[in-house]
Amino acid sequence: MEFLALYNYWVFAVLLLIGLYAVVAKVNLVKRLIGLSIFQGAVFLLYISMDKVEGGTAPIFQTADGAGVFSNPLPQVLILTAIVVGIATTALGLAVVVRIREEYGTVEEDVIEDMDADS
Amino acid sequence: MNLDAHLPILQIIVPLMTAPVVSLLRVPSLPWAAATVTSGLAFAVAVTLTGQVLAGGPMSYALGGWVPPYGIELYVDHFSALLLLIITGASTVALAFGKASLDQEVGHERAPMFYAAWLLVVAGLCGIVATGDAFNLFVFLEISSLATYVLIASAPDRRALMATFRYLILGTVGATFYLIGVGLIYMMTGTLNLADMTDRIAEVGELRPVLVAAGFITVGLALKAAMFPLHAWMPNAYTFAPHAATAFLAACSTKAAIYVLIRFDLTVFLPHLSDHAEQVSGFFIPLAVLAFLIGSAVAVFERNLKRMLGYSSVAQIGYILLGLALLSPLALTGAIVHLFNHALMKSALFMAVACLAFRAGSVQLPDLAGCGRAMPLTMGAFVLAGLSMIGVPLTAGFVSKWYLILACLEYGPLGYVLAGGILVSSLLAVAYVWKVVEAAYFQPRPEGARELREAPPAMLAVLWLVALGNVWFGIDTDLTLGLAEQAAATLLGDGS
Repeated sequence: MEFLALYNYWVFAVLLLIGLYAVVAKVNLVKRLIGLSIFQGAVFLLYISMDKVEGGTAPIFQTADGAGVFSNPLPQVLILTAIVVGIATTALGLAVVVRIREEYGTVEEDVIEDMDADS
Repeated sequence: MNLDAHLPILQIIVPLMTAPVVSLLRVPSLPWAAATVTSGLAFAVAVTLTGQVLAGGPMSYALGGWVPPYGIELYVDHFSALLLLIITGASTVALAFGKASLDQEVGHERAPMFYAAWLLVVAGLCGIVATGDAFNLFVFLEISSLATYVLIASAPDRRALMATFRYLILGTVGATFYLIGVGLIYMMTGTLNLADMTDRIAEVGELRPVLVAAGFITVGLALKAAMFPLHAWMPNAYTFAPHAATAFLAACSTKAAIYVLIRFDLTVFLPHLSDHAEQVSGFFIPLAVLAFLIGSAVAVFERNLKRMLGYSSVAQIGYILLGLALLSPLALTGAIVHLFNHALMKSALFMAVACLAFRAGSVQLPDLAGCGRAMPLTMGAFVLAGLSMIGVPLTAGFVSKWYLILACLEYGPLGYVLAGGILVSSLLAVAYVWKVVEAAYFQPRPEGARELREAPPAMLAVLWLVALGNVWFGIDTDLTLGLAEQAAATLLGDGS
């Protein structure tokens, strides 16, 4: 079935939307960051899915005659970089949330908005 | 060793490598001095690069000796050279200007990290415009964005933290959209090199993923560029960032995103996707018009000076995107010149506001009433830059608006409406600049308000340098128009 053959991409789309929903709909700042992580994780899956060659192995395994089927290593390298970027973003976001909590005493966005409106 | 050939990479690694060193300097004022010198050095590199591009055409640099399209390529043409001038120039003047203001707001203790982050923003933005590799571009985009969040969050006001958080969320969503788009293109073409991509999309049979990629990349970058209605993060981020940092960020952070938007849409997608021209025009023209009408209208009613200028930036970005959307050489020239001129006028305006805030301790218009008599030089520069933003002849703003209006008139019946929209928006700009002038010169100081005196000479000198730059580039347009015309011709290229 073609639908199932592409299930990686369906998972990508579903994860992407779950992440985006959390980013948009949640008022808790930490939950929004988790949503952002899911959103980024979905994209990692997209890259990893596209590089898979059926029956392919890692390019370091060579057969005697030098032939062999490899999965494309480039997207994997790219996504390693993107994962690092994602971690940096999440870490910085959490650091900002810590500072927000220190200043406002809460991580709920609606409460913070009320406090800002009063000041 | 001949350094000339290595200028494209020096442009990026000079600030990148100095940043960690700056973060270690614990002597007061030394981090500022090191950052300013580095930024000045980067500006010198940009000037030399521009000279080389003007003399010898675009430069390609194979990073690590790996030939493109296999390795990462740095590619500097007229368009990127102009952007490099904007970025390094804005950073240098904002740093030279901002010592006293930043000492007041950021303090000596956090200064090393703050200036390190500043240099990372410079490195990231330079990387965005200098690289010829789509994924490398994403990495630089995130370097500059992450460092920008740090700059904004360094402000003393706690509301800066929420502004940072919103910017972080939206900025990351934008960058991830871009990443999805690049992934889809890579899936279809097997390349990440922008020039190579252009060639290979021609060979792709099934264009639907490329079309989806165009959508993701355009929306993602529009978010980064604060295009209406995706500008929600921007006015607050500008309002609460440290004043001198606002002068820098307002001048160039959105510009880099617009640069990528223009480059991708015009060189990668436009030649190959049928109907792409109609889609670009149909998508951007209404949003651009809404941007400059609504942005200016909101600015008229805003009492916080920095947020007012932030909404005015939304409007100005509308002009630039309109220039992109009309897809004619004239319009694109106008848009690219406006990238430069807007950087010039906005950094002057935000610097003037920083001077006012430095003395008055507030950027609320009622608190600044009557400041024109106490701070004549600051307000004089504000008025001059304000005139440039309105687009009065003999200022830089006039040149780009003139080009945009000419391009609109060339566009046909709809163009007259668009030109009318630009004029209405300019009149609204008169209204909000006048509102500040009225408060500053014709209202008395409120009772019990802080006693004002003129800003320190060092700040005034840089402020006036940039303000006079608005006049200079309004009269002598050889450099800006020359680069922009070349850039527009290359971008619209042979394909159209």
